[in-house]
Amino acid sequence: MDYKIYAQNVNVYYGDNHVIKGVTMNIAPNTVTAFIGPSGCGKSTFLRVLNRMNDYIVGFRKEGNILIDGEDIYARSVRVEELRKKVGMVFQKPNPFPKTIYENVVYGLRIQGIKDKRILDEAVETSLKSSALWEEVKDQLKKSALALSGGQQQRLCIARTLATSPSVVLMDEPASALDPISTAKIEELIYELKQKYTIIIVTHNMQQAGRVSDSTAFFYMGDLIEYNTTKEIFTNPQQTRTQNYITGRFG
Amino acid sequence: MNKSIRNRIIDETFKWFGVACTLFGLIMLTIFLSGIIRDGIHRIDWDFITSYASRRPGKAGVFPAILGTLWMLGLTFVIAIPIGIAAGIYLEEYGKRNRLASIIEVNIANLAGVPSVIYGLLGLEIFSRILGMGSSILAGACTLSLLILPVIIVSTREALKAVPHSLREASFGLGASKWQTIWYQVLPASAGGVVTGVILALSRAIGETAPLIVVGAATMVTNAPTSPMDKYTVLPIQIFNWISRPEKEFLINGAAGIIVLLAITFIMNGFALYLRNKWQKRVKW
Repeated sequence: MDYKIYAQNVNVYYGDNHVIKGVTMNIAPNTVTAFIGPSGCGKSTFLRVLNRMNDYIVGFRKEGNILIDGEDIYARSVRVEELRKKVGMVFQKPNPFPKTIYENVVYGLRIQGIKDKRILDEAVETSLKSSALWEEVKDQLKKSALALSGGQQQRLCIARTLATSPSVVLMDEPASALDPISTAKIEELIYELKQKYTIIIVTHNMQQAGRVSDSTAFFYMGDLIEYNTTKEIFTNPQQTRTQNYITGRFG
Repeated sequence: MNKSIRNRIIDETFKWFGVACTLFGLIMLTIFLSGIIRDGIHRIDWDFITSYASRRPGKAGVFPAILGTLWMLGLTFVIAIPIGIAAGIYLEEYGKRNRLASIIEVNIANLAGVPSVIYGLLGLEIFSRILGMGSSILAGACTLSLLILPVIIVSTREALKAVPHSLREASFGLGASKWQTIWYQVLPASAGGVVTGVILALSRAIGETAPLIVVGAATMVTNAPTSPMDKYTVLPIQIFNWISRPEKEFLINGAAGIIVLLAITFIMNGFALYLRNKWQKRVKW
């Protein structure tokens, strides 16, 4: 089987701080992978390595190889802006731009220099439909994105990410700032998006990992402790630490 | 004495001490302003604003000084704003956080506190003599630009710093380059703060006298300036000139000139306030 993402013996340092310790994992296309583990275990750092969002952090250093679609994403020839179009990201707190809903969605296209209004209009409609927000906002595209509710804002952020046609979508605790109903909508959406995208989601919520993901990776203190299908991890964990974590005995 | 009663008394005492300090400043300002206005307000009319300098106090006006001040402001704006904002952006967004950066940072903050006459001497040597600008408006504007650059740089940096990191991440995450992120997101979001800093810096420049005397602003100008290379005077110097004359009537002109200068400053500050409120309303997190 061809994997979408290959990570081989990845080490990450922030200054002297060794935050990811020799992680090797392969991720299949069109699946949802959940990263779980206690705070500070390195799961968010590892997620951000995949679209190089750590590049601007002072003291960041990476060893090992990461290949997406067979290409080393840290190679010198790779333009990081291009990579981030392909590997989109949704953040923990909804962070729409202080602009209209329409402008939020087309931002990724505008900065690529696309000006054709037909293309932009179409992208807005498709992306908002994919993120299940279209019906709620189609008559108010010129309204400020900041007037939306938190859950709507997060779905707008997902739409904005989808507009640049990524093939991988990284989600860093996308529902942790939302109420249960909005969370359910996001989870439903993740399940839908799996048809077209490879999704990796960091979450603190065990039930959420169980509900949305196909595979689950458990991180602890920078080590990848266990990585398997979600079913195996939750019903038959091989490591005691995994079992202790998912049953709530620590973390 | 009970400890909580003592704390209450200290609390009350300090509150009234604070009120007294606040009132002291306000009262002094009121006394000063009412004195100026009483002396000068009846002198202000259209003739006063449109007349040139004259040996007879009743005929003298501030027209060349107002034009000189406006020229000075305009040129200073054109020179100092791009340099100051660009330097602020570089230091905050691009510059590495190392020893050199912190030395530069401390020194820029210190430069903001250097006495203005020192800038005048610097301007005299560099702009007037070495670069041959003489005692033109341009030499004065370059000197004032140097004077307000630290203020603009520091306030630009503060405004950029206040932009939440999540906004930058959102932009980077969508494939924007660093420059695109700054231009399309960070600058618009910080515009209120940047503009406020710029206008307050210009308000400082408008009242400066010492450096301009050093670089050769004239005290008596009979023609309004028409180009950056002309000789000029500005309002504070005109005022200074009038109040140092022996004739009493010129004192009245001085008071009237102060009112004009204050009016221009208040209008600028009001404009800064307006812009800040407008932009803050638009950008909210």
